[in-house]
Amino acid sequence: MFGNAIVLALREIRRNVLRSTLTILGIVIGVGAVITMVTIGEGATAQVQADIQKLGSNLLQVFRGQGFGGGGGARQSAPPFSMADVEAIKNEISGVRTAAPTIGTGSQAIYGNSNWATQVQGTDDQYISVRDWPLATGRNFSESELRAGAAVCILGATVQRELFGGQDPLGSSIRLGKLSCQVIGTLSAKGQSGFGQDQDDLVVVPLRTMQRRMVGNSDVSSIMVSARDGVSTEKVQADIESLMRERRKIRPGADPDFNVRDLKEISSAMTQTTRVLTTLLAAVAAVSLLVGGVGIMNIMLVSVTERTREIGTRLAVGAMARDVLLQFLIEAVTLATFGGIIGIVLGLSAGALAAHAFNVPFVLNVGIVMLSFAFSAAVGIVFGYFPARRAARLDPIEALRHE
Amino acid sequence: MTGTPSSQTPIIELSQVTKIYGHGDGEVRALRGIDLRIDAGEFIAVMGPSGSGKSTCMNVLGCLDTPSGGTYKFLGVPVGNMNPDQRALLRRTYLGFVFQGFNLLSRTTALENVELPLVYRHVPKEERHALAREALQEVGLGGREHHVPSQLSGGQQQRVAIARAIVTKPQVLFADEPTGNLDTATSVEIMKLLTGLNEQRGITIAMVTHESDIAAWTRRIVRFRDGRIESDQVNEPVREL
Repeated sequence: MFGNAIVLALREIRRNVLRSTLTILGIVIGVGAVITMVTIGEGATAQVQADIQKLGSNLLQVFRGQGFGGGGGARQSAPPFSMADVEAIKNEISGVRTAAPTIGTGSQAIYGNSNWATQVQGTDDQYISVRDWPLATGRNFSESELRAGAAVCILGATVQRELFGGQDPLGSSIRLGKLSCQVIGTLSAKGQSGFGQDQDDLVVVPLRTMQRRMVGNSDVSSIMVSARDGVSTEKVQADIESLMRERRKIRPGADPDFNVRDLKEISSAMTQTTRVLTTLLAAVAAVSLLVGGVGIMNIMLVSVTERTREIGTRLAVGAMARDVLLQFLIEAVTLATFGGIIGIVLGLSAGALAAHAFNVPFVLNVGIVMLSFAFSAAVGIVFGYFPARRAARLDPIEALRHE
Repeated sequence: MTGTPSSQTPIIELSQVTKIYGHGDGEVRALRGIDLRIDAGEFIAVMGPSGSGKSTCMNVLGCLDTPSGGTYKFLGVPVGNMNPDQRALLRRTYLGFVFQGFNLLSRTTALENVELPLVYRHVPKEERHALAREALQEVGLGGREHHVPSQLSGGQQQRVAIARAIVTKPQVLFADEPTGNLDTATSVEIMKLLTGLNEQRGITIAMVTHESDIAAWTRRIVRFRDGRIESDQVNEPVREL
């Protein structure tokens, strides 16, 4: 009976292709929209989560100035950090694995005929450890190079590619502005950050080299701190705050002139935001599923009226009310699941295209695909039930007489 | 006055059956006490002007409707108070219907139309095909199995409907104005077919008609008037028009 009802339903759908198509359009659009939204959302979430890994685990940054990104004025006016601050953070806070000073400046990197505008980072040998960023080739800065401010550098993958192409850069000298320095290592590729920056577009030089030969002062503009595994970054953040308040002699209650940023916190906030947005968009899309259900109900009601005589005939030749109910219900469910399948295919295609366009990974969420399918079938049952019941309750005599 | 009495259990036995529609002032007494007995193998015509109660009586006989009073025994079993599902089961198992308007499913082949009652009887597909083909052969439509109603003439459509009615080998075939939509020549063909089914296959047929030359084909004519049976006569059936 079930198989038969499905065959009957498919025949009925085939009998009126245009109408069936229009009927399921609502479901197609609803399911398609939900799948697309969720696919893109999951992709973005995966991207953000990957960025947390890329930034280095348990990474905190200490900036001058107040608040996120700091008002330019406040940052300028706040006193800079020093190597002593870095040492204090490393030695006095138990949750800190290691810390590295940083100064950044933009510079032109030149090798032979190649010329590339990049970011130069002055730091020490702890940088790659703090950022959890292994070297691809070569070596880290030595103790003596750091002490002497030697003219050596480590290249990010992008700079390496732009200046050297496929060549091995180790041992070659590049110019950073007026400073000529020897390449002693290359960093592995890290890719884009969550903020869309190319993290590999940088050259790392010893802190002192940067201070003496490029910026001409002994300031440290920010400190990168890596917390120990298993230690909460909130605790480390609080410890750094109180230590720095003490060292910078800020009165209790006064606003600090520095800022400790937990990158993981930002990333998880971003993840959270993406999730909420995804859910919201999917919810809006789900509304069109309901609208699609109403469309199915409408057409099924029309169909019942149109086929009253047919129903009468079926009842006369021995169909029971439940046979008729089942027939119309299965017709509605078949229509709805048809729409669901088409919607899933379209949604996944659109999601894949969008993921490609927005440069986020394509994440196939099997759960939401199954859910959409189940939901469209449920829409068929819910909105098909009323018309089907109406058909099943027809009086055979009346139905046979119907013109 | 009665037709061919028999000692065996009659297929249909109505005693003092009434049917009342509506309530109070709007009450319509469609049947006012019908006594009727139909035995196996009969070919009976039910006649009467419109409003005489003949259609109501046929609906009751066909278990499409329930009587308001009196008893209706089908094969000796009271069926007057059955619920819709039980009546559907009864129709499915023992009754066949032919309608004035053919009532074939459109855009559905003759074979599939004939198979319809078998579908509800859960007959397996292969057997269903075989039985439906056989029934179509019997009504003279062999070779037209895959025609849809719109490709068939009125007479052919009614033959498909008859095939659908007999494919389940019913105890009684109810025909409601089976020639009402057909021209005279085609009507004769249909009546010949029904006569053949009655005489060769022994199918009991109860037919409603208002045309006396159609009723003349049967062996018993029951006339209704004002909700009562006016006359019930044996008829010498014609063989040709």
